[in-house]
Amino acid sequence: MNGVSAIPLEHALILSGILFSLGLLGILLRRNILFVLMSIEVMMNGAALAFVAAGSRWGAADGQIMFILILTLAAAEASVGLALVLQIYRRFNTLDTDAASEMKG
Amino acid sequence: MNILFLVFLFPLLGFLILAFGRGKIPEKLAAVIGVGSIGLSALVAAIVGAQFLQHPPADGAYVEPLWTWMQVGGFAPQFALRLDGLSLTMMGVITGVGFLIHLFASWYMRRDEGYGRFFSYMNLFVASMLFLVLGDNLLFLYFGWEGVGLCSYLLIGFWYQDPANGAAARKAFIVTRVGDTFMAIGLFLLFQTLGTLNIQEILQLAPQAFHPGSLTVTAIALLLLGGAVGKSAQLPLQTWLPDAMAGPTPVSALIHAATMVTAGVYLIARTHTLFELAPFAQEMVGLVGAVTLLLAGFTALVQTDIKRVLAYSTMSQIGYMFLALGAGAWSAAVFHLMTHAFFKALLFLASGAVILACHHEQDIRKMGGLRKKIPLAFWSFVVGGSALAAVPYLTAGFFSKDEILWQAYAGGHIGLFWAGLLGAFLTSLYTFRLIFTVFFGEAKTDAHAGHGVSYWLPLSVLLVLSTFVGGMIHPPLANVLPANPAEEGGSEQHLVEALSGFVAICGIAIAGWRFFGQPRLLQWLEGTGLAKLLSRYWYSAFGFDWLYDRLFVKPFLWLVRINSKDVFDQIIGCIPVVLVSFNKATALSQSGRLRWYTASVAFGAVLIIAAVVVYQ
Repeated sequence: MNGVSAIPLEHALILSGILFSLGLLGILLRRNILFVLMSIEVMMNGAALAFVAAGSRWGAADGQIMFILILTLAAAEASVGLALVLQIYRRFNTLDTDAASEMKG
Repeated sequence: MNILFLVFLFPLLGFLILAFGRGKIPEKLAAVIGVGSIGLSALVAAIVGAQFLQHPPADGAYVEPLWTWMQVGGFAPQFALRLDGLSLTMMGVITGVGFLIHLFASWYMRRDEGYGRFFSYMNLFVASMLFLVLGDNLLFLYFGWEGVGLCSYLLIGFWYQDPANGAAARKAFIVTRVGDTFMAIGLFLLFQTLGTLNIQEILQLAPQAFHPGSLTVTAIALLLLGGAVGKSAQLPLQTWLPDAMAGPTPVSALIHAATMVTAGVYLIARTHTLFELAPFAQEMVGLVGAVTLLLAGFTALVQTDIKRVLAYSTMSQIGYMFLALGAGAWSAAVFHLMTHAFFKALLFLASGAVILACHHEQDIRKMGGLRKKIPLAFWSFVVGGSALAAVPYLTAGFFSKDEILWQAYAGGHIGLFWAGLLGAFLTSLYTFRLIFTVFFGEAKTDAHAGHGVSYWLPLSVLLVLSTFVGGMIHPPLANVLPANPAEEGGSEQHLVEALSGFVAICGIAIAGWRFFGQPRLLQWLEGTGLAKLLSRYWYSAFGFDWLYDRLFVKPFLWLVRINSKDVFDQIIGCIPVVLVSFNKATALSQSGRLRWYTASVAFGAVLIIAAVVVYQ
């Protein structure tokens, strides 16, 4: 554990925060739905990194378990999301999220 | 005597049967149910009355508690019947005269569309009136009081297709409601000060609780007087009674002559202790009676509608009863109530016979010479009219009215005495003006006399009761009401008797002279401008309708008009407007744009986390 503990927790958390913010910015700024999906993956990885870092800081296995859970979740999310993207493309002939804004109040 | 409750149960059952089988019960059966229920009730009343008179209860009253009405803290009014001399008298009048009037009504209302409806209302009325007089507490009495008011409303507006009848019914209901409100406040005050509404307890507690003439007891007595004035059509709430004649004639006989309008007299006699403790209020009772009897007498002189003449005469006779109450002659008032029920019911039923004979004509100027055509109605009018005019020794009205005048005179109420004497003169004048105009002179209409037992029996029985026979019946009031202030007999009483008899005969003579003699003096008098003005003024019943229209109806309508948009509605209407605008504002945020949603979720998350971090 010595080699790992050379990286302080703060640094790992800052990195995960940066990753998460980048993902959020991607969702907010990108209109292509594929890029939105990829940004979500980035956000998830940011969150997962925070788990791993925290788990190693306190020497608990929970962080790594959560990381595996998040990986699975991301895979499932990607498959469902891609299927939805396919449907959206068939219906609207575009991947622009703003085109699919029919349910506005 | 424990069958007393059957007295009101029969009419109530009759009402329920007729009300639920309305329109499906054939006329004959409806008559049997409607009249029979009152007949059974009268029979029970007679049995109970005979038992009561043969074996009078030790304390002068028989109480039959049925159940406790409600229990709220210390307030637990009983649903109890109380039979004493006063309620026995009232019960006898209500069921006896009521039965005769019902019998007559089964003839009068024949072939009317609402035959069953008519008898259901009439039965309900009799039941409510019995509640009123048999109740042993004032709340029970008030229940019956409102019940008779409701039935009066329903029956005045019985022929509801004519809007005028509906207006008359509403007027009667609203005007009496003013009095009822006074009475309700009086009851509240009574309960607040004495803690009970039981009549006997009130009569026992009142002398200890109140100083004679104190403000509280005067206020209570005046408020009760307010209720009595409304119900009994006395000044200033008298305007509804003449319009109430819009109802069928048996209704006028039963409700607006014999029973309901005398409820005010009953109320004051019932609570006489309160009025004795408040001399001012008792003086007001006498004053109201005296003024009303004179106003109504003058008004009746110039009326042209046969029923309106009788309505004003009812008003004036109840004025006599109030006058007697004001003079402290409690039992004289109740005695006059009883004889008045006999002869006024007779007069109204006879007028009903006249009206039907003349094909629903009520204007006496269009009648005349009916003496030969409808002899029974004629003789009923002669006897009833004589009783109303108090013809000496032959009629029931003489004994009771003379009693009142003598008590007023002997009790030192000289003003009331002279008012009563002038009223007696007016009474005989307008009564015989009516009789001469309708039954003598040349015939102006073709009339058909009625047939059948339900036509002649009620008239004949009431005719006998209106003679001195009715004057022989003395209500057993000794244990209930204080004795009359003045003793019987003495030369002074004979003088008063002679005076009142003379006055009555004078009135008849002048009416006859005016009708048969065509005297120049009277013609000249009637031709003057002043007389014409006076007669127009009297015809409008001293302009009270006009006055109340200006004082109450018009300002109320004005208020209603300026507030037609209702201030409170406007305030409440603001709430939906605010909600709708809020809804529109939030609907704007649902743009359907994914990025916008994400941004708001992120922003919200940041806000919450920031809040948690800051406030932790």
